[in-house]
Amino acid sequence: MLQYIARRLLLMIPTIIAISIVTFIIIQLPPGDYLTSLVASMAETGEEVDQSALETLKARYGLGQPIYVQYFKWAWGIISRGDFGQSFEWNKPVTDLIWERLALTFVLSLSTLLFTWIVAFPIGIYSAVKQYSLGDYVFTFLGFIGLATPNFLLALVLMYISFKYFNQSVGGLFSPQFVEAPWSWAKVADLMKHLWIPMVILGTSGTAGLIRIMRANLLDELHKPYVVTARAKGLPERRLLLKYPVRVALNPFVSTVGWTLPGLVSGSAIVSVVLSLPTTGPLLLRALMSQDMYLAGSFILMLSVLTVIGTLISDILLAWLDPRIRYQ
Amino acid sequence: MANQDQDILLEVKGLKTYFFLDEGTVKAVDGVDFEIRRQQTLCIVGESGCGKSVTARSILQIVDPPGRIVEGEILYHRRNGNTTEVLNLAAMDPRGQEIRAVRGKEISMIFQEPMTSLSPVHTIGNQIMEAILLHMPVSKNEARDTAIDMLRRVGIPKPESRINDYPFQLSGGMRQRAMIAMALVCRPSLLIADEPTTALDVTTQAQILDLMLELQEEMGMAIMLITHDLGVVAEMADDVVVMYLGHAVERGDVDSIFHDPKHPYTRALLRSIPKVGLKARERLDSIRGMVPDPYHRPAGCPFHTRCDEAIPGVCDRIVPPRIPLGDGREVRCLLYTEEYAGER
Amino acid sequence: MTEARPLTPGIAVEEPAQETEINLYIASQWQLMWWRFRRHKLALIGGTVTLIIYLIALFVEFLAPTDPNAYSVRYTYAPPQRLHFIDRTDKGIRIHPYVYGYKVKVDKVALRRTFVIDKTKKYPVRFFVKGTPYKLWGLIEMKTHLIGPVDPEAPMYLLGADRMGRDMLSRMIYGTRVSMSIGLVGVALSLILGILLGGISGYYGGSIDTLIQRIIEFLRSIPTIPLWLGLGAALPPNWPPLRVYFGITVILSLIGWTGLARVVRGRFLSLREEDFVLAARLDGSSELRIILRHMVPSFLSHIIASITLSIPSMILSETALSFLGLGLRPPVVSWGVLLQEAQNVRSVATAPWLLIPGIAVVVAVLALNFLGDGLRDAADPYA
Ligand SMILES: Nc1ncnc2c1ncn2[C@@H]1O[C@H](COP(=O)(O)OP(=O)(O)OP(=O)(O)O)[C@@H](O)[C@H]1O
Ligand SMILES: [Mg+2]
Repeated sequence: MLQYIARRLLLMIPTIIAISIVTFIIIQLPPGDYLTSLVASMAETGEEVDQSALETLKARYGLGQPIYVQYFKWAWGIISRGDFGQSFEWNKPVTDLIWERLALTFVLSLSTLLFTWIVAFPIGIYSAVKQYSLGDYVFTFLGFIGLATPNFLLALVLMYISFKYFNQSVGGLFSPQFVEAPWSWAKVADLMKHLWIPMVILGTSGTAGLIRIMRANLLDELHKPYVVTARAKGLPERRLLLKYPVRVALNPFVSTVGWTLPGLVSGSAIVSVVLSLPTTGPLLLRALMSQDMYLAGSFILMLSVLTVIGTLISDILLAWLDPRIRYQ
Repeated sequence: MANQDQDILLEVKGLKTYFFLDEGTVKAVDGVDFEIRRQQTLCIVGESGCGKSVTARSILQIVDPPGRIVEGEILYHRRNGNTTEVLNLAAMDPRGQEIRAVRGKEISMIFQEPMTSLSPVHTIGNQIMEAILLHMPVSKNEARDTAIDMLRRVGIPKPESRINDYPFQLSGGMRQRAMIAMALVCRPSLLIADEPTTALDVTTQAQILDLMLELQEEMGMAIMLITHDLGVVAEMADDVVVMYLGHAVERGDVDSIFHDPKHPYTRALLRSIPKVGLKARERLDSIRGMVPDPYHRPAGCPFHTRCDEAIPGVCDRIVPPRIPLGDGREVRCLLYTEEYAGER
Repeated sequence: MTEARPLTPGIAVEEPAQETEINLYIASQWQLMWWRFRRHKLALIGGTVTLIIYLIALFVEFLAPTDPNAYSVRYTYAPPQRLHFIDRTDKGIRIHPYVYGYKVKVDKVALRRTFVIDKTKKYPVRFFVKGTPYKLWGLIEMKTHLIGPVDPEAPMYLLGADRMGRDMLSRMIYGTRVSMSIGLVGVALSLILGILLGGISGYYGGSIDTLIQRIIEFLRSIPTIPLWLGLGAALPPNWPPLRVYFGITVILSLIGWTGLARVVRGRFLSLREEDFVLAARLDGSSELRIILRHMVPSFLSHIIASITLSIPSMILSETALSFLGLGLRPPVVSWGVLLQEAQNVRSVATAPWLLIPGIAVVVAVLALNFLGDGLRDAADPYA
C-alpha cells in the first residue's frame, strides 16, 4: 500500500511539470504583455514612467527574453523561494493574493463534495433498490434537470429569487463585518452560515451525476451471485444490502472523486463570479482579462495541482477500499 | 409408514414458481414433486433452463423477483430431539425471520461459480464467520476458530493465514472448498449444491465431489445435487429426479432410473451419454429438436414436440398426471396410464 | 393440473410475436437499433425536441420576427407582451392576433422607468407577415416572417426586450443557430481528433498507445474551466466574429476529443481480435481499407451515441464561456452571450426575462441527453 502511494506520488511530479509548462504557454499566448500595455497607457495619459523600476521588473522576470528563459525563471522562483511572481495589477507578490482564495476554493469544493455524497448516496441506493418506483422516477427526472442546468444559471435564479422575494442578496462568503476581519472562530462560523448556498448550487449537477452512477452500479451488483449467497446464509435484507452490494458498488463511486473534484474546482470558478465569492474564480477571470500573467498563471497552476491531488486522493481511497487493487 | 416418515427430511409438493415479466410469464417450475430423505443424496438432472436452479432457490425462498412461488408446499421436517415439527417453507415470508432462521443454519446452499458467488471485497474468513455469528451464540474469537477448523476440514492448507485471503487470491478449487466450508459451518441437515463442479477442471471436480461425500458421511446431512452430468449422478445419487421444462418427469432410486428408465426423455438422456466401448464412428444419440423457448411452452406434455413415442392428438393436449410405479418411483407420461398403455 | 391451452389469458404475449421473430432474423444492425430505440419513450421525445431545435436553427431568419440587433432605446427592458386573439370591440368580437402597446411611467424617487401595458393601443399581428428583408442562409432574398406586427414600426416583444430594447425572442432564435451549431462543429472537430488518435492508439497499441494514453490522462487532469478561461482570454480581441467562433470550437474540442478517443480506442482494441478483421487481413486488404470498411462501420452506432452525449457538454461549455465574456462576443448572438446580459442581480431583478435563454439551454441539453441515452442503450443493450 505504501509502495503504491509512493509510486503514485512520484508519477505526480512529471504531470505537474507538464502542467506548469502548459500553463505558462497559455498565459504567454495573448500578444503583448502587461508591462508594455502599462507603459503605453501611462504614456498616453502623460504619466511619469519609472524607468529604473521597470527595468528591474523586466530583468527579474526575464521579460523580453525567449519564452523558455522566462519559464525557467518563473519555475525556479517557485521551487527555490516559493515565489510565484509579481501581480502587476495589484502590485503585490502573487503569494499574498492566492493562498487565502485557494484555501477558500478548497474548502468550498470539499464541502460541496461531501454534500453531494451525503445526498447522492442514499438516493442512489433508494433508486436502485426501488427501481421503477415513483420515487425512482422523480429522482431520475430531477437528476436529469440538475445535469442539464448550468450552475451559474442556477445561481442567477436563486439570487433573483432571494433578491425579489426576500429582498436580500446572497452573494459572498462572509457577512460585511467579517470580510476584512482576521480569522477567528466567529469568522469561521460566519463562513459556515454562508457556505451552504454556493455548496448547494455547485453540488446539484454533481449530485445528479452521482445518483445516476450509484444507481447504475448498484443495479449491476444487486443480482450478482454473491448477493444470493449472502441471502442463502440467512442475512437480513437491509444488512445484506449494505454489507455486500452497496460496499462493492462503492468502489466505482469513490473513483468518481477523481473527476468530481476537478469538476467542482472548475465549476466554482464560474459560480464564484456570479455570486462574487472571495475564491479564485473572480480574481482569475480579472487577471486573465487584464493580462496579469503571473497571477493568472499561478492560479491555473495551483488549481491544476489541486486537481491532481484530488485524483491522487481518490486513487488512494480506491486502493484502500478495493483489495483487488491493493494486492496488485 | 411411520418409519418412512421419520426418514423424510424435505417434501416438495406441486411446486410452481413463475417469473412475471413484461414479455409474458415464464413458468420456470410448473408442478414439481419430490422428497429428500435424511442423510441421502438426491440428484436433479435435466437440460439447461429446465428449472433446476429455480427449484433449488424456491426451497430457500431466494428466487429473484419478478419470480415467486405461486403454488405448492415445501415441507421441512425439523427434528427437535425425538419430535419432528413440519414447517411449510413455501408459505413463509421470503424476507421474514422464520425463513432466515432456516437459511444457512438448517438448509444451506453452494453455487456453480465459486468466483462470483463470494464477495470480492471481503475476506473468506469474514464471510464464513458471518454465517456462524448469524446462527450461533458464540463470540467473534470462537467463530474465528470454528471457521479455521472448518477450512482445515475442507482441505485448505494453512487455514490460519488463508482465512484472511480474498477470494481472488484463491484458485477455483480452493474457492469452492471455501464455499463448502461456509455452507457447512453451521452443520445443516440439507446441503443444496447447484452444479458445484461445473466451473472446475476434471480433477478438481472429482476432489470436490469426494470431499462432499466424505463430509456427508461425517456430518450426516442430506445433499440435493443439481447437475448436468449423468456420470456424477451415477457416482453420488441415492435418488434421482429428472426434470424437463419445469416438470419433474420421472423420479426414483438411482439404480432403477439407470437400468429401467421409463420416461422417453430419461431414456433419450441416458442414450446420450458416451459408453465405454462405443466405436468411434457411432454417433452419440442426441435428443432431436431444441428446448422450446420459455414463453411458448407446448400444450399438453412439454416433451411431446421432441418425443419419438408421442401419440398425436393426445400428448399435445393432455398434461400427463403423476403416475406412481411403486417403490417410490413415479413418472409423468401418458404411456403409463391404463388408457394409453397400449400405445407403448 | 390439466391445462389444455398453451397460454393462460393472463400472459401478455402479443400475437405478432411470431412475425417479429422472423423479421429479427433478417433485420440489419440499424433496424435492430431502431427497434430498441423506439422502446424508450423519453429518448423519442428527446429526439423530436432535438429535431425541432435544429429545424429552428435552420430557419432562423424566417422564424425571428425582427433583426436580432435592431435596437430601440424607447423600449429598454420592455416586459414581454401577451399575444391576444380575441378582440372585443364595440362592433363585436373579432378573432385576430394582436398585442397591446406600452405606457411608460417614470418613478421620480427611484429614477426608474417602468412599463405598463397600454390597453388603448392595439397593434395587429399577422402570421407570414412581410417585415424586415433578409437573406435566408445568406442566399435567398426574402421578407416573409413567421409572425410579426403588421406595422413594422410597432413594438412587439413577446419575450421582452433587453438593455438596448432588442427583441429577446428574435435574439433567442438567432442564438439557437450559434449555440446548437457550435456544439456540432465542436463535436465534429473532437470526433476527427478522437477517431484519429483513438484509432491509432487502439489499432497499433504498444508505445504509441501508451504515449497517446498519457496525453489523454494529462489533458484530463487539467481543470477544464481555468484552462478554457486561459485560452479564451488568449483569443485576440480584434479577431472578427467568425474567427472567434472557430477559435472557441477549437478550444472546446481540445478537451472533448479525449472522451471520444477513449471510446474509439476501446472498440478498436476489442475489434482487433475479432475474426472478421483477421479474415480481411488474410484476404490482403490494406490496413486503411480494413479500418474504414470493416472496423468503423461496426462501431458507428457507438460513436453516434457518444457524439449525441457530448454535444450537450459543448453547449454548456460555450454558454459558460460566453457568459463570462471569454467566449463569443457581440454582435454574435448565442445563448451564452444573451445570458451575459443577466450577469448582475439588478438587471435580472428589473428584467427577469433575460433568464429565458437559460431555459432554452436546459431544454436543448435535456433533449440531447435523453436522445443520447436512448441511442446508447439501443446501440449496445449489454453495456
Ligand atoms: N431472474 C429470472 N428472470 C426471468 N426468468 C428467469 C430468471 N431466472 C430463471 N429464469 C427462467 O427460468 C427458467 C429455468 O431457469 P433455471 O436457472 O432454473 O434453469 P437450470 O435448469 O438451472 O439451467 P442451467 O442448467 O443452465 O443452470 C429458464 O427458462 C429461465 O429463463
Ligand atoms: Mg442452474
